[in-house]
Amino acid sequence: MGVDRREFLKIAGYAALFGLGGKAAIDILAPGELEASMQGIPLTQGKRWSMVIDMRKCLKQQEAGKDGCKECMIACHREHNVPDWGNPKHAIKWIWQDKYEHVFPEHPNQFIDEGVRHKPFILLCNHCLNPPCVRVCPTQATFKRESDGIVAMDMHRCIGCRFCMAACPYGSRSFNWGDPRKAPKELNPDYPTNRAYPERSMGVVEKCNFCVELVAKGELPACVQACDKIKVHALNFGDLDAPESNVRKLLREHYTIRRKPALGTEPNLFYII
Amino acid sequence: MLERAIKGTHGYWGWLIFLLALMGLGLGCYLYQFFEGLKITGMSRDVSWGLYIGQLTYFVGVAASGVMVVLPCYLHDYKAFGRITVLGEFLAVASIIMCLLFVFVDLGNPVRIMNVILYPSLKSILFWDMIVLNVYMLLNIIIGWNVLAAERKGVHYRQWIKVLIYISIPWAFSIHTVTAFLYAGIPGRHYWLTAIMAARFLSSAFCAGPALLILLCLIVRKVTKFDPGKEQIGTLAIIVTYAMILNVFFFMLEVFTAFYSQIPGHMHPIVFLFKGLQGHGNFVPWMWTAAVFAILSLVLLIVPATRRNEGTLTVACIILIIATWIDKGLGLIVGGFTPTPFHTVTEYWPTTPEMLITIGIWATGFFVLTILYKIAVSVKEEVAA
Repeated sequence: MGVDRREFLKIAGYAALFGLGGKAAIDILAPGELEASMQGIPLTQGKRWSMVIDMRKCLKQQEAGKDGCKECMIACHREHNVPDWGNPKHAIKWIWQDKYEHVFPEHPNQFIDEGVRHKPFILLCNHCLNPPCVRVCPTQATFKRESDGIVAMDMHRCIGCRFCMAACPYGSRSFNWGDPRKAPKELNPDYPTNRAYPERSMGVVEKCNFCVELVAKGELPACVQACDKIKVHALNFGDLDAPESNVRKLLREHYTIRRKPALGTEPNLFYII
Repeated sequence: MLERAIKGTHGYWGWLIFLLALMGLGLGCYLYQFFEGLKITGMSRDVSWGLYIGQLTYFVGVAASGVMVVLPCYLHDYKAFGRITVLGEFLAVASIIMCLLFVFVDLGNPVRIMNVILYPSLKSILFWDMIVLNVYMLLNIIIGWNVLAAERKGVHYRQWIKVLIYISIPWAFSIHTVTAFLYAGIPGRHYWLTAIMAARFLSSAFCAGPALLILLCLIVRKVTKFDPGKEQIGTLAIIVTYAMILNVFFFMLEVFTAFYSQIPGHMHPIVFLFKGLQGHGNFVPWMWTAAVFAILSLVLLIVPATRRNEGTLTVACIILIIATWIDKGLGLIVGGFTPTPFHTVTEYWPTTPEMLITIGIWATGFFVLTILYKIAVSVKEEVAA
């Protein structure tokens, strides 16, 4: 289910060669493949972007490889010039992994099934419908985009008071404790990794931005692209506001959970366990 | 009146130079932090506020406590406090200056500080804290200065000053309430998410601030010819006693709710602070010191004989200040961040540069306080002579 951009272009290219066009062409060449991703498109017109993470697929892929799977994290951190400080206290996290018990600490269960016990789950900003980080920011440096619900961050306005970090109940915000360019060279040999993306100064907060810069170009977020590229399709990005979207379909068909729903933040990230 | 600040004894100048040296040391460390970033502190992505914000919180309380001399004097017409209101007001001014400096050094990007005014965010409590703190500082400068000037000329201060005094009374309560709201409205930080936070803040402020004021009065009596008065110190001691009883009582309410409900989120921060959690307990000795000092100070304050004896009262005030400082300037912040949103524990301890910057700001506060007190006391000495 779902194809990434490169695959789409490839299929479209072949389709053009054969004089075919549109959805019909894809149906012939890759039947059913495109359905899920297509329903989220056009990407520039979503009203409430969200993500459904199919942890069954993700964990299966992680267990298949020797060192697990880090494709989404590598892609994201390259796309956004996220340096590795080699010190967990100063770590900058946009998308990362932590074990089930840490991701859902409010669901303690001593006898939980082995399928999830200590298993590495994928974490990123929840892009909450009611984000406390936005409420507390004294400069409107972090804000919720009215058009599509993405919780974005203006790293050039942030004064670095870190009120948002105290307010976020998900640990999704990171602070530049030092100058990103001074991060250890041996850990970051080719930093900055993406010259097209703005670098930030030290002393500002940053976070996952749901790849607004890619979505604006009609592309899927870097993590989703990376996951689709290895044909795992565990990360599903789509519009929660469109009843027939890929994410709404997944939510209709699967039991999903969110992190700390009792806090009223209304996360836009859902996990299929 | 300002010229009185530059006429002083060797002791006065020696003290100011000592403070200037500490300020210089703090400034040097701050420049290091300015160029290297906040990574030189002990803070981390999990404990993202530390000593600086703890000091902000503590000194907002000290500032607010100025009202404990102003309120009895102007609302209850308790004339004895008329002698020391200016000491309370100038202590508030020095405290707010420290608060503003502590916010400033905590910022990752201090050069952008004006963004708070350029892009005002009415939903952000930090924006309102900035407003109430600055207005409170102005109120106290204007009131303290004008009342003192009137006293020097032997006239009654003007009527509009009286209006400002009445405004300053609820305003003092507001600064600490708003500061409590920085914490008490945040979802997911169990130690902070409690409706009693503002009340706890006010009670700890109204014991710690007047306790400091008692010590300052005793010092003023010792080093100058101005005696703040035995009755005044006695009344302050009673205020400190009641406020400290409330402060300890409010904390026990927190403990009851956490441990009778047995809700893990409510218990964990308190367990971390007093017993250690997941093998991390670097605050345990501190918190128990605070607990023991709090009880000891209460005993010394409640027993009339020890409260009235200035020797034991001094001891009570010192250990009370230490106890409330550990509770509010240290434990409150770290307790709020522990455990992390992932129910893990990341330890925090301030680094040496972080402590030196903090000491530098304290020195700045005491520098301002010394000068303001010097002016006030000189005027009072002249009026008496």
